Amino acid sequence: MRLVLCQLYPEHLSIYADRGNVQVIRRRLEWRGHELEERPLRVGESLDAGAADLYLIGGGQDRDQMLVAEDLQRHRDALHGAVAGGAAVLAVCGGYQLAGHRYVGQDGSVMPGIGLLDLETQAGETRLIGDIVCECDLGDGGGTRTMVGFENHAGKTLLGTGCDPLARVVSGHGNDGSSGYEGARSGLVLGTYVHGPLLPKNPWLADWLIERALERRHGAIELEPLDDRLESAAAEAAAAR
Amino acid sequence: MRLALAAARATAFASRASGRGGGTTLPGRVLTALAPDAPRRLAARLPRGCVLVSATNGKTTTCALLAEVLRGRVELARNSAGANLASGIASALAVREAATAELGLFECDEAALPAIAAQLEPSAIALGNLFRDQLDRYGELELVAARWRELVSLLDPATTLVVAADDPLTASLAEGHPTVVRYGIDDPSVALPVAPHAADARFCVRCGHAYDYRAAYVGHLSDYHCPNCGNERAPLDLAARAIHLRGLDGTSFDLCRGDERVRVELALPGLYNVENALAAAALAGVLGEPLAVIAEGLGRFHGAFGRFQRLRVGEADLVLLLIKNPAGANEVLRILPGDDASLLFALNDRTADGRDVSWIWDVDWELVASRLQHVVCSGTRAGDAALRLKYAGVDPALIEVVPDVAQGLDRLAELSAGGTGYVLPTYTAMLELQGVAAGRGLSRPYWEEAAA
Repeated sequence: MRLVLCQLYPEHLSIYADRGNVQVIRRRLEWRGHELEERPLRVGESLDAGAADLYLIGGGQDRDQMLVAEDLQRHRDALHGAVAGGAAVLAVCGGYQLAGHRYVGQDGSVMPGIGLLDLETQAGETRLIGDIVCECDLGDGGGTRTMVGFENHAGKTLLGTGCDPLARVVSGHGNDGSSGYEGARSGLVLGTYVHGPLLPKNPWLADWLIERALERRHGAIELEPLDDRLESAAAEAAAAR
Repeated sequence: MRLALAAARATAFASRASGRGGGTTLPGRVLTALAPDAPRRLAARLPRGCVLVSATNGKTTTCALLAEVLRGRVELARNSAGANLASGIASALAVREAATAELGLFECDEAALPAIAAQLEPSAIALGNLFRDQLDRYGELELVAARWRELVSLLDPATTLVVAADDPLTASLAEGHPTVVRYGIDDPSVALPVAPHAADARFCVRCGHAYDYRAAYVGHLSDYHCPNCGNERAPLDLAARAIHLRGLDGTSFDLCRGDERVRVELALPGLYNVENALAAAALAGVLGEPLAVIAEGLGRFHGAFGRFQRLRVGEADLVLLLIKNPAGANEVLRILPGDDASLLFALNDRTADGRDVSWIWDVDWELVASRLQHVVCSGTRAGDAALRLKYAGVDPALIEVVPDVAQGLDRLAELSAGGTGYVLPTYTAMLELQGVAAGRGLSRPYWEEAAA
């Protein structure tokens, strides 16, 4: 089977090694005899919203993020359409903020998002930096899993009623450093501050995204398990710190 | 100040005598606590003033290269590798040896550079490459650039800026300053076929349009050109041409300044060391050294602390190559030779390494994955290192996770017995390995020379 992945603005939004997430999706497909087709979206290009099964939005430097935020507005409707059509979305760090309604800077300036997630982000005084460990239940029967990674964000993200937190913080800061929650989820749209990158040490989340993305075109499927001993060992080492 | 100086020297003596460290930062802290103005006054005593070197990659090697060029010609006060914050430089100014020095040569942390420059009033500053590095510590690249921009705007017009013209971001900072020496690589035959994705300055600093690279050399260090606004690399005052890369055996190139041209035989590998040699040569030129002296000095040099060292461990020859960030690590991977190499990837996430290890996913391990014989992963983030290599395409059966760095070194030596193995440590892992090697008396002459 083939999974079509659309990474949004890979040259601008990949500051935290977001291409690592792409590499994990690619390999975990290949190891099972499937393939990945990448159809990245760059500034100024047009978006065939029906084409991709999975969208990735990474994080960028402030300057780059402002540059793409404007371009992204052109695709707002198309991306809402894609989600309505069953596509999955993973938005990380700056991408998570862009997936919300808006980002309000310290000077009150507003950078509009695309509202795939009912949330907004306010620039904070201090950066929330460090290892993060969370608990996450995707409601797929897999129970509560540990999600580990690294966070580095100044923004404090406040969730509206239209989405749920993705995870509960065990150690670290999460969305705003005080709510005890990390990330947000609405259907197949996931947003999170957890990078490191996110997927290598959380292969269950990678597989969940791959399954949901493949199901869009191929109906219900169940991926065969892989040998994840190195992944588990790295995740356990990270969680034990 | 006399009292402060005495206290600082006593601290240095005690620190060295106790074996708890080389006394590279504490004496400076004592000095500035007692006499905050002392570094400025001590620097002002140096007959030839001081020069500063900063960059994301290559500070230590550039300073060591310049020191070699000036050996026997100019007495130097220098800070030791790693002690490149204000305290390290204050320490270097405080020690007794500095009293007879003629010139201060200091490598400066990128973030600390503006404050150090304001205090020491250097005669020249080398602004080298700016790459994404330790986002958790420095913040985004643009923040470092903004600090440097402010530094340049406040600079005495008489201060010479030595600038990496190949770096569009750094080059843009020097615009408008009256005395600038621009160095760069000018040999498209050694350019990368495509600009690597670790290029951090891909978009025009003036208009935001994507650059067109006439030749990309190291990450975004390139002969760049913006097709939209015409912004392009400035003419080079000092250039490396006719470059011959001989892998780990070294690099030769023509050092060109105006009509002058001299061949340099550098014992260091890779184009990134050509950039370092150019920076050192440009500073030496500013200090009045003739080109022939510069070329000879560069040729005498054999590697700075941990940057390129050889060790004999058991039956194996091990080559130690520091990696700190995607751009630097990619250059190291480019010089790894041939097939069947075994390597130790020692990944720590201590403060000096950067707590966030996501950068390893921006390193092109894919390029070497298929020709690695064995990989040993060590360090506080050994598990992350192993995952990165697995997803790069290394067979997991060939990956061993040995968290203890010393044990990892021994395992690599076993795997490489009778041949050569490669050790790629992050900064603090490199320091651990230095400790292990020194403790066992494993070092070769290079090492003692470099560590001295």
